[in-house]
Amino acid sequence: MSSESPIQAIRLRHPWRNVFAVVLIAGAALFILDAAGRPAYDWPAVAKYVFDRRITQAAVNTLQLTVYSMIIAIVLGVILAIMRLSPNPVVKSVAWFYLWVFRGTPVYVQLVFWGLLSIIYQSIDIGIPFMEPFYSFQTNAALNTFTLAIIGLALNEAAYMAEIVRAGLLSVDRGQEEAATALGMGWIQTMRRVIVPQAMRIIIPPTGNEVISMLKTTSLVTAVPYSFDLYTRSRDISAETFNPIPMLIVASLWYLLFTSILMVGQHFLEKRFARGVGDRRPDKKGSAPTGTGAVPLVTGTQPTVVAPTQTENPPSSPGREGTR
Amino acid sequence: MNASEATGASGHGPIPPMVLAEGVSKSFGSNEVLKGIALEVKRGEVLCLVGPSGSGKSTFLRCINHLEVVSAGRLSVDGELIGYREANGKLYELRPREAARQRRDIGMVFQRFNLFPHMTAMQNVMEAPLRVKGENKALAEQKARDLLDRVGLADREDYFPAHLSGGQQQRVAIARALAMEPKLMLFDEPTSALDPELVGEVLDVMKGLAADGMTMIVVTHEMGFAREVADSLVFMDAGVVVETGDPAEVLANPQHQRTRAFFSKVL
Repeated sequence: MSSESPIQAIRLRHPWRNVFAVVLIAGAALFILDAAGRPAYDWPAVAKYVFDRRITQAAVNTLQLTVYSMIIAIVLGVILAIMRLSPNPVVKSVAWFYLWVFRGTPVYVQLVFWGLLSIIYQSIDIGIPFMEPFYSFQTNAALNTFTLAIIGLALNEAAYMAEIVRAGLLSVDRGQEEAATALGMGWIQTMRRVIVPQAMRIIIPPTGNEVISMLKTTSLVTAVPYSFDLYTRSRDISAETFNPIPMLIVASLWYLLFTSILMVGQHFLEKRFARGVGDRRPDKKGSAPTGTGAVPLVTGTQPTVVAPTQTENPPSSPGREGTR
Repeated sequence: MNASEATGASGHGPIPPMVLAEGVSKSFGSNEVLKGIALEVKRGEVLCLVGPSGSGKSTFLRCINHLEVVSAGRLSVDGELIGYREANGKLYELRPREAARQRRDIGMVFQRFNLFPHMTAMQNVMEAPLRVKGENKALAEQKARDLLDRVGLADREDYFPAHLSGGQQQRVAIARALAMEPKLMLFDEPTSALDPELVGEVLDVMKGLAADGMTMIVVTHEMGFAREVADSLVFMDAGVVVETGDPAEVLANPQHQRTRAFFSKVL
């Protein structure tokens, strides 16, 4: 193997790729040049409003709506997923019914319902039925539209999260649970230490998707009606200025910024939970023994010419075969 | 067998066998997999369970640590009934927590290793002592290191299972089971998923365990291992024990027609 000199071949050319790229770039440049001069976009107005106090405050509100409702949705989703996988038929049916209702009706309709909560139930009593309640509060006073918006978004999203979590839990090999059980680990320990960490790899990508989707769904909270989110606020401003297009651009820019940040976060989470399945070698580079006795046998991809890039390797990693 | 007298010093009264099965039956729906298994495994004994696939060997093994629930009969480990508590002539199902406590003392090694892929070899071995026994980290680490050394993998402690060969993974799995200091080890076809050249390294570890006096029940197709290491050989077919005895004798001179037919195929 080592006696041969490395192959010196002329690399395969891909002329059409370059042609296509040039055409695309030219098209994009034309579009941008045109857009820059077009009065309808009204760039000065965009620049004026993008950091307007009302807009930045609305951006913070949108972010809060997203984060709070996603946190509740994930917690509730995990509970629902575990309920659906429970051997207890009562618990199972409750979870099924929840999913049926909250997945089966549009989120917009649900948000309108939550907005009308104080009309349907003027006061909420906590206590034992037919007895004096321990605690009673006026729905109107206790729950403002912001809270109702979060409740509405979270309960709807929880139904979807439940399915994502359930798929993740089911993706983990049955043998893992058996091995943990055989070691004397309890059910909660098995879930927390063995099943969930492995399920996370399956759960995170679609959850990232859901977070981004939620960020945009917050624009529906006007149904509650809550009107201080990014989209509703920018629309309200354009109603005063009679100039809607720059306000749409302003809102889009903020949504894009948040989405980009979320995507970066997702990337790092995915890396964290790829432990043991990626192509990574033991962390300790220097002390890891590689020359002793039996070299790891599963590796088939020893780099020959190019140095391996440290970051991401193609999915042909040996880990795939190893985990079955 | 040899260790049975040695451990008999403690306690009073007759020492119960490590495993005692009386009329153990198991059905999955209408499919009766085990039909009245009677079996005794003494302390320090190595018992090999052989037979054609589908004969119920693995199911019986899984009943011993309550991964499967016995449908009829009694199964006890070290004198303690598995999966049930007996009071006033009635059997009560154990709570999950109590069943988990029984399993702690019974190590199990699976055909497909079932190592935790998101943990290194070291973390796999330390997991149960840390989480189940609540050992402190330094002690668990020291013990795990010793165990990995014992199975010949001292230099692989930071490797994830995906970066270990099948034989190495199975040896880590054995170390992981030993970390709970079990009084009984169950092996469910530990070498069946291995490439032929890797079988030897796993069997060597098991031989070492047997020599140290560990009580072991091994479901296997390795007749050489059975002949060399086992104290007794049990041949199962269609959910019943067909023949049992000294391995060399049973292998050389099977009494039963079905045993003979099976050995003529595998030997």
